[in-house]
Amino acid sequence: MEKNDMKKKLKLKVSAIKDGTVIDHIPAKSLFEVISILGLDKIENQITFGTNLESGKLGAKAIIKVSDKFFENDEINKIALIAPHAKLNIIRDYEVAEKKIVEIPQKITGIVKCFNPKCITNHEKITTSFRVINTNPVALKCKYCEKITAEDQIKML
Amino acid sequence: MKKDLISITDFSKDEYLRIMDLAADFEANPNQELLKGKVVASLFFEPSTRTRLSFETAINRLGGRIVGFADPDSSSATKGETLHDTIRMVSNYADLIVMRHPLEGAARYAAEVSSVPIINAGDGANQHPTQTLLDMYSILKTQGTLDNINLFMVGDLKFGRTVHSLLQAMSEFENPIFNFIAPESLQMPRGYKHHLEERGIRYFEHEEFTDIISEADIIYMTRVQKERFSDPMEYEKVKDVYILNKAMLENTKPNVRVLHPLPRVNEIATDVDSSEKAYYFDQALNGVFTREAIISHVMNLK
Repeated sequence: MEKNDMKKKLKLKVSAIKDGTVIDHIPAKSLFEVISILGLDKIENQITFGTNLESGKLGAKAIIKVSDKFFENDEINKIALIAPHAKLNIIRDYEVAEKKIVEIPQKITGIVKCFNPKCITNHEKITTSFRVINTNPVALKCKYCEKITAEDQIKML
Repeated sequence: MKKDLISITDFSKDEYLRIMDLAADFEANPNQELLKGKVVASLFFEPSTRTRLSFETAINRLGGRIVGFADPDSSSATKGETLHDTIRMVSNYADLIVMRHPLEGAARYAAEVSSVPIINAGDGANQHPTQTLLDMYSILKTQGTLDNINLFMVGDLKFGRTVHSLLQAMSEFENPIFNFIAPESLQMPRGYKHHLEERGIRYFEHEEFTDIISEADIIYMTRVQKERFSDPMEYEKVKDVYILNKAMLENTKPNVRVLHPLPRVNEIATDVDSSEKAYYFDQALNGVFTREAIISHVMNLK
């Protein structure tokens, strides 16, 4: 009973955005990484988070609502590696104006750490760079050491 | 745009062939003063006497001058200087940088930082493209062609960067056949086999090192290194299985040649050395001509 009340309350609260972006279907465990990748911890917009919400597909999901923020595709696709099923609702005047899904880009710059401990990028201050050679499961080929980082080896910087 | 040689796949098939032509030209006439008045930096962040002497011989035969260091203890890296800063500085001094580094990707990064061409003389277990080109020149010289080669690779096919790069380069030519002979724990990685499958290239895998080599045009031997095994028992089991001796060459094709990137330990018995099919020392000499060719190519000297 209490849990349902909470859910209702949260729903009411997070629904109240006039203009901005709702990012839904984020795996709960990836919420804080998504926040960090999108730089949401560094902006002054109003932001509402919900996490550990029930979701049939993901187990526990998280949701982020950012007022007055509209992401570029390049920007939002950065989260595809850790939240491949994320869905975006673009809100204008309380209405869903557009829906978007995230797509894994062909190149990943920064964000991900190379899995190879002997890679130069793990020893010197170098922006990592990978070519996405497979998307399901994700496989990233390092531009520098040419080794492949597999999906279950991906670590964010 | 400056040309670098970082990875064997940076070059096209046409460039491979151009290097082969130039190498033949340098073999016929090794001393050509094409680098006269130029300074080449030879930066060995990890010692490698063989590769360094080969490069430095090539540079000397081209009339160039050399600055640099032969081991990291005498470089500024021990004072904590970053690779970035070393390369920035040296690229202001020299017209070309030849570098060996223990970390993988170091050469690619140096090429981004440097204003002069970089030739990768080995970056960790990643790439050693000049070795691959000298291997190809050795195959071309002994077989007369790089097409239709039945190439046997023997030993450590899992970690050996020379066999991986050679596989990539030779798969650009017509109708190669690959035969991989290795213990189960050191087999050719999946990704390279996939590379061949995508191109419809035939390959066969064997664990036994037997008379199947009678089909070979080239037998490329590598060292099975003890430090590659997590289980010492496993090493003891395989260490003496992948040894080539002279008797094994008896029923092989007359054109077959035995290659090895050197140094060898015991994987080629010394009785093979006197066989006309042994080619590994000539292969090393080919390295000087091939490196003269590579330097001339990246610096547009010819």
